[in-house]
Amino acid sequence: MSIATDPHAKFADYAHPERLVSTDWLAAHLGEPGLVVVESDEDILLYETGHIPGAVKIDWHTDLNDEVTRDYVDGAGFARLMSAKGIGRDTTVVLYGDKSNWWAAYALWVFTLFGHRDVRLLDGGRDKWIAEGRDLTREKPAPAPTDYPVVERDDAPIRAFLPDVLDHLGKPLIDVRSPEEYTGERTHMPAYPEEGALRGGHIPTAASVPWARAAAEDGTFRNRAELEAIYLDGAGLDEGDEVIAYCRIGERSSHTWFVLTHLLGFGNVRNYDGSWTEWGNAVRVPIAKGTERGGVPAVRVR
Amino acid sequence: MSTLPQALAGIVEDFAALEEAQRLELLLEFSDALPELPARLADHPELLEQVAECQSPIFLALEVDPEGERAVHLFFSAPPEAPTTRGFASVLHEGLDGVPAQAVLEVPDDMPNLLGLTRAITPLRMRGMSGMLARIKRQVREALAAGAA
Repeated sequence: MSIATDPHAKFADYAHPERLVSTDWLAAHLGEPGLVVVESDEDILLYETGHIPGAVKIDWHTDLNDEVTRDYVDGAGFARLMSAKGIGRDTTVVLYGDKSNWWAAYALWVFTLFGHRDVRLLDGGRDKWIAEGRDLTREKPAPAPTDYPVVERDDAPIRAFLPDVLDHLGKPLIDVRSPEEYTGERTHMPAYPEEGALRGGHIPTAASVPWARAAAEDGTFRNRAELEAIYLDGAGLDEGDEVIAYCRIGERSSHTWFVLTHLLGFGNVRNYDGSWTEWGNAVRVPIAKGTERGGVPAVRVR
Repeated sequence: MSTLPQALAGIVEDFAALEEAQRLELLLEFSDALPELPARLADHPELLEQVAECQSPIFLALEVDPEGERAVHLFFSAPPEAPTTRGFASVLHEGLDGVPAQAVLEVPDDMPNLLGLTRAITPLRMRGMSGMLARIKRQVREALAAGAA
């Protein structure tokens, strides 16, 4: 039994309005049985400084990533995590976080790898909730464990690996990093430390659409017409396109994956989570530098 | 840890005695306890140096006593939305404020790794704390050199 969706007028224009809730909706539904609110931030301590009452925390680094292999947790690990957070297979999960839901969207994408059906984002995230002067607490809930089933992760539909990206060249690619990272001027985000990619630039043919363009000043998603202007008119995507999005480690591109999949309704969007920290270090993969997208390499070199 | 000033060695011991989850709670306590900038610095942001190695905006300034042990006084500014960064700054503040310049310079560069947070906190953030320490030591050296001239 999932919880009723938010009938907010702005959401109705999106392809999948059931994937978003407003701060008003969440405030009205807090504490409802069958709903678990999850905060997911970049900073591992931000939740502890104050969070939405009743919300649990999921940390992208310690909870969702495998500790040894560069990969996500497996089905058993995800089931343990869900149980610990009081989430059942039928629970409605509302995710929110800092930085326009950048990390919350990443968590939502990982939930989708495990086929969790009803997972939504709080439009505007943590910042909007706080800006509206709503309640925060430092009190941590102690949820009763659930018997979440062990579901094998299904990567293929929404996750691309390096060989998939090589095969994809010629079809739309979206690079969601900053313009400086795209041109190759730098290999990390502005104001972020150097992160060890040996080469700068972008995957040939990728269009540059920095992820944050999808968010308005208050952190909410732009409306459908604005998003179409950015991704259809601007980046040249057409309805029905197969798309791969990438960034540095796959977090910012999860945000764009959410926008393309759930707000604009593209049915075949994959997130390349290896992203630039893999591509920019890989041997003999093609790279384009500068502001031009670059063409498809004539010869497969790898 | 003979090379750590007493206060900093005590903090490292406190962290080491805890489980990881409690270490994060302790770091939050440090974050909450970071002192505000004094007015003479708060009104003059140009006197603060940005720690570019950190993911979050953090600024630091320091003063070295002109004589005696040349004790170092540290000042940090970091927003509440960046509690991990504030926590690291606060550890350095509590561990090094008032410590003689020479003892600050002798703190090992990998001191942040002694806090036992390298599993929970991404390498990127750990490097941010190392960056803060490196900048503190550089500023201390500059202050000593300026004093000697």
